[in-house]
Amino acid sequence: MRPILNLPPHATATQRAWHVGLWAITALVLGFLILPILVIVPLSFSSGSFLNFPLPGLSLRWYEELLGSERWLSSLRNSVVVACAATLLATVLGTLAALGLQRARFPGRSLLLALVISPMVVPLVIVAVGVYFFYAPLGLTGGLVGLTLAHTALAVPFVVITVSATLQGFDTNLSRAAASLGADPATAFFRITLPIILPGVVSGALFAFVTSFDEVVVALFLTGPQDRTLPRQMFDGIRENISPVIAAAATLLIVLSVLLMTVMEALRRRGERLRGIR
Amino acid sequence: MTATIPSARPQERPRNLRAQLRRTERRRKLEAVALVAPLFVFLAVFFLAPIGLMLVRSVDNSELPSVMPDTAAALRQWDGDGLPPEAVFASFARELAAGQRDRSLSGVAKRLTYEIPNMRSVLFATARGLPEAPDGTWRQTLAARNPAWSEPATWAVMRRAAAPVTPYYLLAALDREIDASGSIVPVSADRAIYLDIFARTFWIAAVVTLWCLALGYPLAYKLASLPPRISNLLMILVLLPFWTSILVRTGAWVVLLQREGPINEALQWIGLIGEPIQLVYNRVGVYVAMVHILLPFMVLPLYSVMRGISPAYVRAATSLGATPFTAFRRVYLPQTIPGVGAGCLLVFILGVGYYITPALVGGAGDQMVSYFVAFFTNQTINWGMAAALGSVLLVATLLLYWVYARLVGVDRMRMG
Repeated sequence: MRPILNLPPHATATQRAWHVGLWAITALVLGFLILPILVIVPLSFSSGSFLNFPLPGLSLRWYEELLGSERWLSSLRNSVVVACAATLLATVLGTLAALGLQRARFPGRSLLLALVISPMVVPLVIVAVGVYFFYAPLGLTGGLVGLTLAHTALAVPFVVITVSATLQGFDTNLSRAAASLGADPATAFFRITLPIILPGVVSGALFAFVTSFDEVVVALFLTGPQDRTLPRQMFDGIRENISPVIAAAATLLIVLSVLLMTVMEALRRRGERLRGIR
Repeated sequence: MTATIPSARPQERPRNLRAQLRRTERRRKLEAVALVAPLFVFLAVFFLAPIGLMLVRSVDNSELPSVMPDTAAALRQWDGDGLPPEAVFASFARELAAGQRDRSLSGVAKRLTYEIPNMRSVLFATARGLPEAPDGTWRQTLAARNPAWSEPATWAVMRRAAAPVTPYYLLAALDREIDASGSIVPVSADRAIYLDIFARTFWIAAVVTLWCLALGYPLAYKLASLPPRISNLLMILVLLPFWTSILVRTGAWVVLLQREGPINEALQWIGLIGEPIQLVYNRVGVYVAMVHILLPFMVLPLYSVMRGISPAYVRAATSLGATPFTAFRRVYLPQTIPGVGAGCLLVFILGVGYYITPALVGGAGDQMVSYFVAFFTNQTINWGMAAALGSVLLVATLLLYWVYARLVGVDRMRMG
């Protein structure tokens, strides 16, 4: 018996078939999830101008075109600036709010929580149209400030959720102990609470970063030709003329997501380890 | 019994303590409020207010009143029977000429054409070279310049356009209108498109949800039953797409599904099809790409629920004589229902609001409500209609969100 099948010797034929079938479905669904992402990577190294197999040859020309293009570089720069600013704002506001939400049960707490989470469920187009109408008279369209503010709102729920989850495993006695030993609230927070909940804060920040870095609908409404973001540039590329440059950009984004995922996994492990010690 | 009758003094202590406790409690509450307040204020200003403004815009009717304030006021006093009194005609003629001079008429023209398609030309033709003084009454003068002004139907529309708020857009978003007699009726069949678009939106989201469940359930089940070392490894294959940009994934599907793409070639190679078939820029493409993008949102809640189910229950059922299928159906499946509910609601909520993916991989007949909201905002600049469609979509989403919060709890919304 192969170990992967892992069935007792007395298993019936139906059980065996079921077992194999389930594995087959699992493999197919996992393939469906991962293959489309992997397929785009080799295409970005094509020496031809079309996005199909077999590749006529290998080259880095599309990467050269991507990294040599002011359009792509400036959109990347805009995306990084907006995502960093939105992450910083969302992380600070979200962490404070998560601490507040955990600290006391005040009336309207669940309503407040629902409000804080709502940017995650409101259709993006509605957010986009709303901020487009609202920010225009304030002079917040056609620049990166308005986009940053909108992205902050969209990213905040992720921070609140992850930090709240971490706080659930946080023993409040620790900060009480710090206070009883004479630490003022700020010291207790920065020396005791923050280091313990840091994995949650960092993963919330990563979620926030990705949310902003990946967001295109609001960017379509709020950005002009000068301040377009990377996703917006990709959106136009896919809609107008999907070329290997898009594949090259996609590959770089895939590398980024692998990096982010690795950091998240490390944080998760660290969090588990810390909980295990406690 | 050693208890002494408490004297007045020690009794004061507990009350003191209680007051102190209350004070501490109050301080904690204030602290909590102070910590949440910055985020609340931020969201109120930069998120809630814009959405509130959008809701207001769906009933906003200020085009005519802002350009023709006197006419609007006069029209509002008119009972709406037959033709309005001469005073309305007079102030209308005066403000029409003024609007022509300072070029503010086009807003009014635009508003009126929503209800009577040729009103733009009627308005401008009437305004062009309008005399200072009437030739007889203003009623006769205007009717002579354009017969539309002698029709009660035109003035019924004018009267509706004079109100500060209008149900017009919201009704139109539901394929309804107010007829000449003032009752709400369905619009004619050739103009009734929005209910179909809503139905299409919900249908696409429902099909995507069911596919996600059909694919996600066995996957989550298998992953949850594996030893953690292996399932963590395989979980990477679920999480990598989850972390990858939606545009990357949508673009990947455009490449895969195109006529000369790998999937068409593979299907031809195994002899399933003779020549390339259209897989993208149609409904197939929308379903495939949306299922791919939303599947992790189904797998993750299912997996976390299934991980928590002890295998002892199923074993107990089997040992009591249940067949594996019965044990699954009667014992395991009911325990996964919270995960199924959470996953389905989340996928459906996210699916209903989709814009990017259908816009990139769908055809003209596959666009969802979001597309039309964007279309009315950016292309035809009919902001009232954009806001009305958005409002209906928002209400539908918030209802679903409310159900989600009741059934699952908002703080259970886990993201990986």
